Amino acid sequence: MKTVINYIRSLFLFELLKGLSLTGRYMVSRPFTLEYPEEKAPISPRFRGLHAQRRYPNGEERCIACKLCEATCPALAITIEAEPREDGSRRTTRYDIDLFKCIFCGFCEESCPVDAIVETRVYEYCFEERGEHVMTKDKLLAVGDKYEQQIAADRAAQASVR
Amino acid sequence: MEALISLWEALPVVVQILLKIVVIVAPLMVLVAYYTYAERKVIGHMQVRMGPNRVGFFGYRLLGLGQPIADAVKLMFKEIIIPNGANRLLFVIAPMLSIAPALAAWAVFPFDSGLVLADINAGLLYILALTSLGVYGVIIAGWASNSKYSLLGAMRSAAQIVAYEIAMGFALVGVLVAAGSLNLGEIVEAQNGSLLHWFWLPLLPLFLVYFISGVAETNRAPFDVAEGESEIVAGFHVEYSGMTFAVFFLAEYANMILISALSALLFLGGWLSPFQGTFLESWFAWVPGIVWLLAKTFVFMFLFLWFRATFPRYRYDQIMRLGWKVFIPITIVWIVVIGLMKVLHAPWWFD
Repeated sequence: MKTVINYIRSLFLFELLKGLSLTGRYMVSRPFTLEYPEEKAPISPRFRGLHAQRRYPNGEERCIACKLCEATCPALAITIEAEPREDGSRRTTRYDIDLFKCIFCGFCEESCPVDAIVETRVYEYCFEERGEHVMTKDKLLAVGDKYEQQIAADRAAQASVR
Repeated sequence: MEALISLWEALPVVVQILLKIVVIVAPLMVLVAYYTYAERKVIGHMQVRMGPNRVGFFGYRLLGLGQPIADAVKLMFKEIIIPNGANRLLFVIAPMLSIAPALAAWAVFPFDSGLVLADINAGLLYILALTSLGVYGVIIAGWASNSKYSLLGAMRSAAQIVAYEIAMGFALVGVLVAAGSLNLGEIVEAQNGSLLHWFWLPLLPLFLVYFISGVAETNRAPFDVAEGESEIVAGFHVEYSGMTFAVFFLAEYANMILISALSALLFLGGWLSPFQGTFLESWFAWVPGIVWLLAKTFVFMFLFLWFRATFPRYRYDQIMRLGWKVFIPITIVWIVVIGLMKVLHAPWWFD
């Protein structure tokens, strides 16, 4: 009996018709496509994009060269050299992030005691020359200055869960 | 008008024939180009994507309608690479051999009552012969490329076509028994009456077998083992590039359109209005028959795309099983049934 039913089923192509109805339904539904350069997907405040270094409102850089980020970085993408500044405070003389090594895990941001190194929402960037993939301290600070408002808003939005 | 007719008759016969061919082939080529576009759009939407929508004309995107033109131009400017070990002559002949039958078959195709290039009495036989010729292009291409993948694709294609050609032939035998003629125009006239007089109803199993065999015959998904990009790269046309590749592509789509048009002609009453015999008939009397034919053809062309978006590729032994052990018995049985219906004048098709 079971074989007979199976034969009849396969002869009348029930399963194939089911498949056709599925694709037919999807054809009339709205595509999920976002037409990228014109439309962009919403981004979470936790998004881990391009790195930035922040400053305090008085213009002083936050980083105190504790090297926690360098130590925690699983991809060894961060290189830090530090010396006392003229006023005796401890600051970095070199702070490089190699974006080719970086895996955008966000550990550096988490480990930072002063919220100096952060990852921003910026994900549209490219390199045209060799060496551009190394984010030097100046470049990081420039990114931070440019997006400070957004960065601060994202930190504020996440403050309750951090 | 008079002047035009006299001018037409003053032309040499060869020029007249050439003009007629252009009138058939030029729209066909445009249709093929936009069929590839429709395929990408339809499959895109079935996969909840959008399909091509960037390339338009004169700076307007126009839903990407310029895409097929851009693709054609790209292929024309690409280099035609002939592999070192290939048989140069056959390598170049193969694509022509696959597109020639796909175009030649339209010679006997009636687009409307009396609107046919060559109204010959063996039309169905001619079409059956030509559609089988297409496979030689594939086999020769596979052999001449001198590549393992090509040869595998060609072998698969050959075995598959042999299997499905028989089922297809038998399905056509059913049609000609029912219509009592090999002339395509007369086959359509035999379906005159109403929607229920069309051959799809008395020949329902043959209709399904014909269309599915047609899908197999054109090497389309889910019967595309000859290409099988996940197993044998692209099968018989791995080594082809540029325009030679484009010609294979054209042939495949022209064949799909041909099979769709033939299904519409043989089983869905060709240019006959679907409202025949109902009160709507007089309302739609102004619609030319070719519009109905095109509408029916487009339904089948859409089915080709729908199948491709839905079904995974058949395993090779399953294809063989379906062809030999399912379709051929069904067609043979139904030819007997249709013969009996014909002899007993079964209402209301054959009375």
